[in-house]
Amino acid sequence: MAKGIWIIVEQSKLEIRKVSLELISQGRIIADKAGEPLVAVILGKGVTELAQKVTAYGVDKVILVDDDKLAEYTTGAYTSVLNKLIQKEEPQAVLMGNTAIGKDLAPRLAHRLGVGMASDCTGMEYDENSFLAFKRPIYGGKAFAHVATSVRPVLATIRPNTFPLTIPDTARQAVVVNETAAIDAADLRAIVKEIAIAASKRPELIEANVIISGGRGMKGPENYHILEECADVIGAAVGASRAAVDAGWIEQKFQVGQTGKTVSPTLYIACGISGAIQHLAGMGSSKVIVAINKDPEANIFNLADYGIVGDLFEVIPLLTDEFKKLVC
Amino acid sequence: MNIVVCIKQTFDTEAKIVLDSNGKIESNGVNLVINPYDEFAVEEALKIKEKFGGEVTLISMGGARAQESLRTALAMGCDKAVLINDPALENPDEWACAEILAKAVSQIPYDIILAGRIAVDDGSSQVAVRLAEVLNIPSVSCALKLEVEENKATVTREIDGGTELIEVSLPVVITAQKGLNVPRYPTMPGIMKAKKKELKVITLADIGISATDLPIKMCVQKISLPNPRKGGKKIPGEAAEAARELARLLREEAKVL
Repeated sequence: MAKGIWIIVEQSKLEIRKVSLELISQGRIIADKAGEPLVAVILGKGVTELAQKVTAYGVDKVILVDDDKLAEYTTGAYTSVLNKLIQKEEPQAVLMGNTAIGKDLAPRLAHRLGVGMASDCTGMEYDENSFLAFKRPIYGGKAFAHVATSVRPVLATIRPNTFPLTIPDTARQAVVVNETAAIDAADLRAIVKEIAIAASKRPELIEANVIISGGRGMKGPENYHILEECADVIGAAVGASRAAVDAGWIEQKFQVGQTGKTVSPTLYIACGISGAIQHLAGMGSSKVIVAINKDPEANIFNLADYGIVGDLFEVIPLLTDEFKKLVC
Repeated sequence: MNIVVCIKQTFDTEAKIVLDSNGKIESNGVNLVINPYDEFAVEEALKIKEKFGGEVTLISMGGARAQESLRTALAMGCDKAVLINDPALENPDEWACAEILAKAVSQIPYDIILAGRIAVDDGSSQVAVRLAEVLNIPSVSCALKLEVEENKATVTREIDGGTELIEVSLPVVITAQKGLNVPRYPTMPGIMKAKKKELKVITLADIGISATDLPIKMCVQKISLPNPRKGGKKIPGEAAEAARELARLLREEAKVL
């Protein structure tokens, strides 16, 4: 019997993560093919109001678990609540975003359930055996592993920006079910003392549609403002190569590459980045790549869709002006 | 303070990936290193040991070549090492790795278990968290800062868009993110000493596991390589002209702005 495809919806301060809506959008397509119901599961405090929003993106049912103890994500409490729900309802598949929370929660939950998990997937579809099969980058995107299992449920985390958002249908109706959380002391062994979210008006790197990144060619930390000014015109996130991070010019959290963040934006603008294999691993799945580099032989030009050979200190401010004209 | 560090030998991040005639990833001729994130775990373990005393035990799974990585970490200052090397372990999934490591770790006293937050080869980021689950202890992922006291750890961990401060009782599994520390290089005396340190190679039978205890939970059906990207157009002209043309192409041709 069909037991459904579940999307674990991630929210922070009652703001739903974009990746969760991407998963619902794509989940609708695969659920229809498989004849399975699509279910959104939302944990948190005061989450009732979110049911309508996820419904509009295409779910058949919303399971809400509203509890003070779930106000902030903790591995213990979230694992415990989801484990009990999954044991009770027996979904076929449980999907979540490959975010800081997804990466922490999914393996723990998978192990408690005694099942397999596919991490950081960039593709999913039903195979000829009616198993949900996943495609996932390995070796930092230099290869892909195609994985599947007959063990139920299958868990997976999906990379943000992999699937397009559907157009929400506000007339759509779904069944909304409230479940209670039975959380005991053993589930709360790690205590969140403090959360510090950096005040930034720029999008989160892994979810950004456009990223403008600077490498060794930036020459120093004092020059990143030219990327930031350009980024703010087009609503982009700012990134960096390992060379720039290791030189101490920019914080590590901005690093794109095999030992940094893996991103797949619609547009990636690489400025003063030579295109080391390490960096390409982190951004090679971007839809359109632009390279600005003064070295015409730089490897980045071998994969960039558009390139400008030139001095980035001259080109980027000019490009910023051109972008201003476009967005006005 | 007894610390266990899980390390994995991986391809160098500069390695090019090719497939052999069986469609598997070719490992011949590839430079193998300690997974870069595991180096942060090793360094952190050594810092904790310097403060509290105790012993740092390395544990790894892999073939005979993995001994090289364990020797390197011993040369950095770890005390001893265990390598689980068994022919039955050709392609263990994350579930099996965690179960096996848990059996091996259970034979070693530990207060803190450290590991890298991700291995740069399979990129699955699962085994350390699963290990904590098998051992029924808490875990904290993606640590940027770690302060250990007698019975608890205070961890600053990376979350999307910021950081989170977590207080957790020991024993605990902690995974290391870049930024936690700067790993030391092995010194010449360290390398000499490492040669005499204990490096035990064990099989599954030694920890009471038979291959039939390890049903496959996730199956790799095939490996594929991405379609190589081709370089596109280099936009000619003076900077101002090129910038104008690039903006136009991004809007009208690529339709991404």
